[in-house]
Amino acid sequence: MPEPLVRTPLYDEHLALGARMVPFAGFEMPVQYEGIIDEHHAVRTRVGIFDVCHMAELRVFGFGAFDFLQKTLTNDLSKIGQLGRAQYTLMLDDDAGILDDLIVYHSGDLEYLIIANASNRVADFEWLAAHAPDDVELVDESDRTGLIAVQGPQALAVIADLAGPEWTAPARFSLAEATLDNAIPCLIARTGYTGEDGVEILCRASDAAAVWRLLLSFAQVTPAGLGARDTLRLEMGYHLYGNDMDRGVDPISAGLGWVVNAAKGSFVGSSRIAEIRASGPARRLSYLRVEGAIPRPGSPILHEGTEVSKVASGTFSPTLECGIATAYLPSELAQTGTELEITIRKKHVTGRVVSAPFVTSTSLSAS
Amino acid sequence: MSHPSDRVYSKDHEWVMVDGDIATVGISHFAQDQLGEVVYIELPESGDAIVAGDTFGEIESVKSVSELYAPVTGEIIEVNDALGDSPETVNSDPHGEGWMLKIRVADSAQVDDLMSSEEYDAFVTES
Repeated sequence: MPEPLVRTPLYDEHLALGARMVPFAGFEMPVQYEGIIDEHHAVRTRVGIFDVCHMAELRVFGFGAFDFLQKTLTNDLSKIGQLGRAQYTLMLDDDAGILDDLIVYHSGDLEYLIIANASNRVADFEWLAAHAPDDVELVDESDRTGLIAVQGPQALAVIADLAGPEWTAPARFSLAEATLDNAIPCLIARTGYTGEDGVEILCRASDAAAVWRLLLSFAQVTPAGLGARDTLRLEMGYHLYGNDMDRGVDPISAGLGWVVNAAKGSFVGSSRIAEIRASGPARRLSYLRVEGAIPRPGSPILHEGTEVSKVASGTFSPTLECGIATAYLPSELAQTGTELEITIRKKHVTGRVVSAPFVTSTSLSAS
Repeated sequence: MSHPSDRVYSKDHEWVMVDGDIATVGISHFAQDQLGEVVYIELPESGDAIVAGDTFGEIESVKSVSELYAPVTGEIIEVNDALGDSPETVNSDPHGEGWMLKIRVADSAQVDDLMSSEEYDAFVTES
């Protein structure tokens, strides 16, 4: 028997909006409301809001919190020494296999807030708990925390309106407290997964529906589902855990060497990272533009008649109106301009290696 | 939007509208709604023979791909090539401009086996 699906605090809101619900990471989540393409364009041109309450929030605090996370995660935590700053980072095993990708927020004195993938919530907590010293406390706050992403070129204007005239928006990759509608205490993080400017709102789980409704009271705000979330993130070349990386992949091969800081000293996985950096990765996550069909995860990729890989992530790009995909290619083929054959069911189409992101002009690239 | 009563429907969610021995075929409103926004359609060529129950093409949305199943046996006499450039027509007008094939029907008894709009509405409500 599969585990019963969990519902987020916004479940009834989704049903009321006529969402199509699907299972995702153990949750019953909206894949779309009116349609993926319209929701995608709403985020690229106005504002879309996403229920991401399924994601995990783990709080880490204590006198040893900095040293512990500096040793357990790949990025240099001293770069977010200032309170309120955030960074993208990875958690590795001893062989440099990627356990999860995370955003870490310096949420308070001696305190960090980690937002992790829903599917890794339990494993991440157990890994952190197993490595944590006595002077570090871990709390899984996922169940009592609501998380709503508000993304798009007009997102900040909506939040500013709700937060009141005294409120100052946090800088990119920072967070700030706010009281929405003079009533609801929130943390506003200027982060996201769409390539557009915007925020993610952390609030009490019991306030999530009220925040959702406040956001929807703005005419320019459109609810957007997991379908649009996937097309938006893939257009930007953002990695999806489980598709573009997992424990069998190291960060250098995944193209995430930029969040692996060798200068900060040793951390879990660092000796293996040094070896991979010295020899160069045998394969690299690459980006393919595909005309004439939509590549799907698992579609075989051939070079001169021999299968060299399979599609990791693949979808239709509503912005470019063509297929886009990621795949781990042998390093000698991972050069922009390389043309490969992709078998999509009975069709054979050409995939051309391009550099990420697929879509370069967004409100984020402009800001 | 309901399913018009001027035609019949298959369990694979195609509609068939018969005029003499020519059947026009498309997919139902229910099917296009389930698929979501259509971005590619692969259709056969005019002159091809098709057999009831066999696949004659594919229809792909952002999230999923589905096979198209021939509701009747016959010869394809016309294909709606406009869908190649504007596949979204299948969403906006599935029972009209979103038609896919015209087939010269080999055995009209196959049409009689398909569902009326009332039967089809009940079928999709149950499924």
